[in-house]
Amino acid sequence: MDSTTKPRLPRGVKLRRDDVRQRWTLLAPERIFEVDETAAAVLQLCDGERDLGSIVAELAARYGAPPEVVEKDIVSMLGGLKDKRVLET
Amino acid sequence: MTAHQAPPPAPPIGVLVELTHRCPLGCPHCSNPLALERPAAELDTETWKRVFSEAAALGALHVHLSGGEPTARRDIVALIRHAAQCGLYTNLITSGIGVSAKLWAEMVEAGLDHAQLSFQGADEATNDRLGHYQGAWAKKRAFAAMVTGAGLPLTVNAVVSRPNLHQVGAFVDLALELGARRLEVAHTQYYGWALANRAALMPPRAETEAAIRLVEAAREKLKGRLVIDMVVPDYYARYPKPCAGGWGRLAINVSPSGKAMPCHAAETIPGLEFWNVRDKSLGDIWRDNPAFNAFRGADWMREPCRTCDRREIDWGGCRCQALALAGDAAATDPACSKSPHHARIEAMAAAEAEAGAGEIRWRSYKETVGA
Repeated sequence: MDSTTKPRLPRGVKLRRDDVRQRWTLLAPERIFEVDETAAAVLQLCDGERDLGSIVAELAARYGAPPEVVEKDIVSMLGGLKDKRVLET
Repeated sequence: MTAHQAPPPAPPIGVLVELTHRCPLGCPHCSNPLALERPAAELDTETWKRVFSEAAALGALHVHLSGGEPTARRDIVALIRHAAQCGLYTNLITSGIGVSAKLWAEMVEAGLDHAQLSFQGADEATNDRLGHYQGAWAKKRAFAAMVTGAGLPLTVNAVVSRPNLHQVGAFVDLALELGARRLEVAHTQYYGWALANRAALMPPRAETEAAIRLVEAAREKLKGRLVIDMVVPDYYARYPKPCAGGWGRLAINVSPSGKAMPCHAAETIPGLEFWNVRDKSLGDIWRDNPAFNAFRGADWMREPCRTCDRREIDWGGCRCQALALAGDAAATDPACSKSPHHARIEAMAAAEAEAGAGEIRWRSYKETVGA
């Protein structure tokens, strides 16, 4: 994964607001992942259009955080989801 | 007990609906009840739709459309469409038989999210023999191609027991070849029809453990490529499976005629009255049906469960298995090594596997449908 990677949720994986439990969830085949607000903000940008560089820039600006810290967190989170087959790059 | 109202249970994660018991296959490992329900007893379209709406409102996220063969329902497309409109993640659990390209396209268009396709063997001869259906292999492979062709995630579900346990590695290869995103290796659980076939299906312990090791190694090696889940064979286990994730804790199962239960074998337990979705809402059933509360949480447990540090991991194992093997639904599941019955169960399994006998009783929908 580098700054030109364009992450996306594959077909059959859905980010959804769970109104009953008042949280975000990632729905996948036989799996449900709880997603916190920060992770949901990342995943909303994983549309297969934006690359990692622009996702990092946007979130760093939004949260006023250093881009290198934001990038490290995002790469780690997306890598974990990729291992679970719920994210494609 | 009456002075303080118990807090309402956390909502279920998923609802498994057995839309019909009709099925083209005749698998000896079928865990559906011995007496199947008749088509005339099945819920109608509108009632199923209401159940989906109630499930979503209650907090369910996944709906598993199962059976029998769910595509035997003529309204399957309408049911998928409604479930998807409710915001439920729709999972079709199918034999893959009888699904035309036209029907498949309609189900995808209606909002199907995922398909789980069963295989009874990892080659044509084994598959068609154990599914008791000549030509099933070709139809299943064609179905898999439609799923991946549409870009939907495919799960290959392989139920294994003595006749096909040696094919576990071949099932991994099959899942990869078909482009599956997920493989479920389910060691046969001995309920319903499968229990009647146990002597013919029980695998030897050494072979079972080798198969588990093979799957665990494949899971690690294929991380990021193929998700592999395993349902473990519990007669040889140290700890029991947390059946259904705990009684009335994560899931609701609805039978073709509308009976809501914590699992599809729950009806074997005497003294429990399961309410029907025709008469009550799913939310009322989940919260208030005494049968759902009978084994919910840990308060019902006796020793050795009550003080066990795994009581909220295993949830006492399986109530139906406790009844079937220990004669008491409130006992510790004999699959647990702490059960006083465990040694006997293990010896019985080993003896059945060793004998290698027991003629397979093939299931037939027509012959086992209830009067």
